[in-house]
Amino acid sequence: MTKNLRVKSSEYVDETNRISFKFNGKTYHGFKGDTLASALLANDVHLVGRSFKYHRPRGIMTSGSEEPNAIVQVNPGTNRTEPNVRATEVEIYEGLEASSQNCWPSVEFDIGGINNFLSPFFPAGFYYKTFMWPASFWEKYEFFIRHSAGLGKSPTSSDPDIYDHRNIHCDVLVIGAGISGILAAKNAAKNNFKTLLVDEKNELGGSTIFENNEFNKIDNKTPSEWLKKEIEDIKNIKNLEIKTRTSVAAYHQYNYLLARENLTDHLEAKDKINKIRQRLLKIRAKKVILATGALERPLIFNNNDRPGIMLSSAVKKYSEFYGVACGNKNVFFTNNDSAYESALSLYNKGINVKAIIDIREQSESKIVKKVKEAGINIYWSHTVVDTTGYKRLNSVSIMKLSNDGTSVTGSKISISCDCLGVAGGWTPAVHLYTQSGSKLKFDEEKKVFLPNQNTTEQISVGSCGGDFKIDEIIKNLNQKLKDILNINETDLDSIKVEIDQENSKRNIWLLPSDKPLGKTKPFVDYQNDVTAKDIKLALREGFRSIEHVKRYTTTGMGTDQGKLGNMHALGIIADTAGVKMGELGTTTFRPPYTPLTFGTIVGRNVGKFFDIFRKTPMNDWHVENKAEFENVGQWKRAWYYPIDGETMHQAVQRESKAARGSAGILDASTLGKIDIQGSDASEFLNRVYTNAWSKLAIGKCRYGLMLNEDGMVYDDGVTTRLGENHYIMTTTTGGAANVLGKLEDYLQTEWPELDVYLTSVTDHYATTSLCGPNSKKILKKLIPDLDLSDENFPHMSFKEAHIGNIQCRIMRISFTGEHSYEMNVQASYGKDLWEKCIEAGKEFNITPYGTETMHLLRAEKGFIIVGQDTDGTMTPIDLQMDWIVSKKKYDFIGKRSLYRSDTMREDRKQLVGLLTDDPNIVLEEGAQIVSELNQSPVEMLGHVTSSYFSPNLKKSIALAVVRGGKDMMGKKLFVPMENKNINVTVANPVFYDEKNEKLNA
Amino acid sequence: MFLINCPYCGERDQQEFKAGGEAHIERPKQPTELSDDEWAEYLFMRKNIKGVQFERWNHAHGCRKWFNMVRDTSNDEIKAIYKMGEKPPTQ
Repeated sequence: MTKNLRVKSSEYVDETNRISFKFNGKTYHGFKGDTLASALLANDVHLVGRSFKYHRPRGIMTSGSEEPNAIVQVNPGTNRTEPNVRATEVEIYEGLEASSQNCWPSVEFDIGGINNFLSPFFPAGFYYKTFMWPASFWEKYEFFIRHSAGLGKSPTSSDPDIYDHRNIHCDVLVIGAGISGILAAKNAAKNNFKTLLVDEKNELGGSTIFENNEFNKIDNKTPSEWLKKEIEDIKNIKNLEIKTRTSVAAYHQYNYLLARENLTDHLEAKDKINKIRQRLLKIRAKKVILATGALERPLIFNNNDRPGIMLSSAVKKYSEFYGVACGNKNVFFTNNDSAYESALSLYNKGINVKAIIDIREQSESKIVKKVKEAGINIYWSHTVVDTTGYKRLNSVSIMKLSNDGTSVTGSKISISCDCLGVAGGWTPAVHLYTQSGSKLKFDEEKKVFLPNQNTTEQISVGSCGGDFKIDEIIKNLNQKLKDILNINETDLDSIKVEIDQENSKRNIWLLPSDKPLGKTKPFVDYQNDVTAKDIKLALREGFRSIEHVKRYTTTGMGTDQGKLGNMHALGIIADTAGVKMGELGTTTFRPPYTPLTFGTIVGRNVGKFFDIFRKTPMNDWHVENKAEFENVGQWKRAWYYPIDGETMHQAVQRESKAARGSAGILDASTLGKIDIQGSDASEFLNRVYTNAWSKLAIGKCRYGLMLNEDGMVYDDGVTTRLGENHYIMTTTTGGAANVLGKLEDYLQTEWPELDVYLTSVTDHYATTSLCGPNSKKILKKLIPDLDLSDENFPHMSFKEAHIGNIQCRIMRISFTGEHSYEMNVQASYGKDLWEKCIEAGKEFNITPYGTETMHLLRAEKGFIIVGQDTDGTMTPIDLQMDWIVSKKKYDFIGKRSLYRSDTMREDRKQLVGLLTDDPNIVLEEGAQIVSELNQSPVEMLGHVTSSYFSPNLKKSIALAVVRGGKDMMGKKLFVPMENKNINVTVANPVFYDEKNEKLNA
Repeated sequence: MFLINCPYCGERDQQEFKAGGEAHIERPKQPTELSDDEWAEYLFMRKNIKGVQFERWNHAHGCRKWFNMVRDTSNDEIKAIYKMGEKPPTQ
């Protein structure tokens, strides 16, 4: 029988709407409005997890996103499961299941708990120190270390939910809807700023909404009463968009922020279907108002991590907001007045508060007096020295604190209790502020890091800006709003605030115990199991920089990013090393502030939308004819067309023979096409290509090689002169966009005087390449009235013609070495022309071939592929293409570099052909080439760049780059492979039709 | 993610742009007159300043125009943007 600790109905929890959920397999009940944490606490469940390293039992500590302990797996075993979720952030719904992480076999009995007793053997840097020897064993160690570290389980089936992205542009973004955020958003919107207010919680109001301290008044009302009215008011302001359940994850430069809007996580499974689960908001704001509040600090004392030890503010929130008592016997431990508010909150609801332990000597504020009047025992100048209770707190031991706060005196008093509310002061939540690049400054009096120097249009208001009391908040908020919004008056001018006096707090980073530090466990970072001992050890071992201590001890790492314990870690380092905290600085708070799911990051870009792909106009034909495809850049290209279960090798051999034997047809639409016009077009081509263009006649085509300024081959292709001032350039498929970019760069920045205009027309034309000895006959059938004679239409020339009604640009050019034509038609006619060619070619057994056969055919002919036979280190001279480099032109891109001492070296890698002594052995592309077999280390002369079995030559052929290869013709070399050495001979890279008889046939 | 004020299109997100390295390095008019060292100076040597740097940027996924930017590399503040051919701001 579980206990019920629901004490009083709350306006935020709907007791008429009972919800059942499961935790660790057991069914519990809560109400609509509960979080998993509040519902568990209402059922008196504190133990929810085990710590990361020592497997110590841990309970719910906070009520928000700063929770370090209550990390659960939601809906385990389903495709919606999610690990590492904070129980304090999960809103319960009917059917919710959650389970503890990092424990086996169960959270109640965890085998790993033995680590707790072995903890003297696991100091900071344990892994670094222990698993170093022998180095080769690391892989074995790693396996076990990873298995014993438990951070939840990722889902094993695909995510059923939909995710989305949205771009938002606003004048003012307000982050955090506490009192400061609400007032800021209201005034911004009312002054005609398009405003967006976001808060990670499902309700507005922050902590002020349950602030019922009767000694604090705004316009004569309690802060919570007053704020409720403001919240009603802002819901109807135009210009103001409010998003709850929206957590800002990252704050980048120029006020660019990423936020996650949670839309369905609080709904039952049946209501999640076909809805967007989470949306990533990409927000570009002109001004950002940070109202992210402050996080309460714990206190660092021996065994401060037991289930039942919570933040005092959380105890108050569970009581005021959820109507849940966190314990039956409550004790508070504090260094300031805020614990008294929590104590009174419980007292007023009839919940037993046994004592308050205060490390200060006294406090005279009204609320302290009220607590005294209530008869609650206050132990001034006392500290907790130890706690007991393994899975749930059952007592605390306290002792008198010495005047300097470094030791304890007197006798030990034991107080039995099941909940200890700890109040160590407040830390402004400056995480997002620092992510934006803005700098912090340490305030020695308040002992906090505060926003100092903003880099962009940004302010921090309320407690994240260092104002903790309502009068300070209102006053400073008013001025800050006027400054950033550039307005003269706000509705804050007339607000009247009364507040209770508050005595300053007493700050001791590490509280003493009656035991020596070495025998205690004062946790600083709960999530990463880092104690004050570990931090001191790191300092003893010589670490000084806070960033180094962080990495060595792991404090402030993980999903927690030091939200609770970071200040204590810094304080302990500063005290121990004798430096000022301001000089020490903080570690970097990295985004995301709270974890994002992969789904949110990816949004709609899943499955076939993962990456853009481009299809040619003939794509459907290739699909219908069972082509296999390969990706070339973003293009899907037909790779080969297997018939009757052919392998790739069989298909390519057949296609290659057919293309040379009769006729082949290739979809070449993916080649880049750039339309070049202008009175200086010829001069422009002269400057970008290595060869000369001025004398190219209209209607003629020319192959061009383009270099980088460093002399290395960049791209190649055929350019055709269509008119006096009009050219069409083709580029490689993959290089199209870069070539256009490079040409634009030169035109705009180096040669703005040239009258030249570039237009990408790659997608405007579909290109069909007809090749083979019968290609001429097929084209004749398609265009009977075009004179295809060599005199009228020779190799490397261009004709404009009509096929039926389709206007067609035909180039007689060849990438295979066969007589061939490239036909360009408007893209929408591409498939039509392709099918006409197939039909006309039937009697010649026309064979469609893909990119693999194209590569084989061009290799037979010794034509290079930029990017396969070149790699950014090959000059045209290295490629043995001296013939294409104009000696007469004064300048072209890359020319000067061809005369640098390095590019003129004779022993550069040069392109050669390779023939294997055994004609049936096909070399592997990428294989290394050597001249000696019995040398060690052996000099690598180069490598194979292209290699095929040529069905037309009936032997293996290869292209390779070899050091000094130009002068090695006929030389015997070796290609050493794993199991054998292959003997090869250097040959001319043109293996087929060296005299170009076929081309001109 | 920068917000870049393209001189032709106005403010656009950084993802529409491509950075193009150091600005105001003019391609020599007579490369053949240069020694190897002088040519190498043009070809390879680039500054990498912590502080104010003059850079080329291209609105690659927009108007495709190149322009210059003055940026403080230590905090990514864009201090000025001006068109190709215009004089760089002195301060």
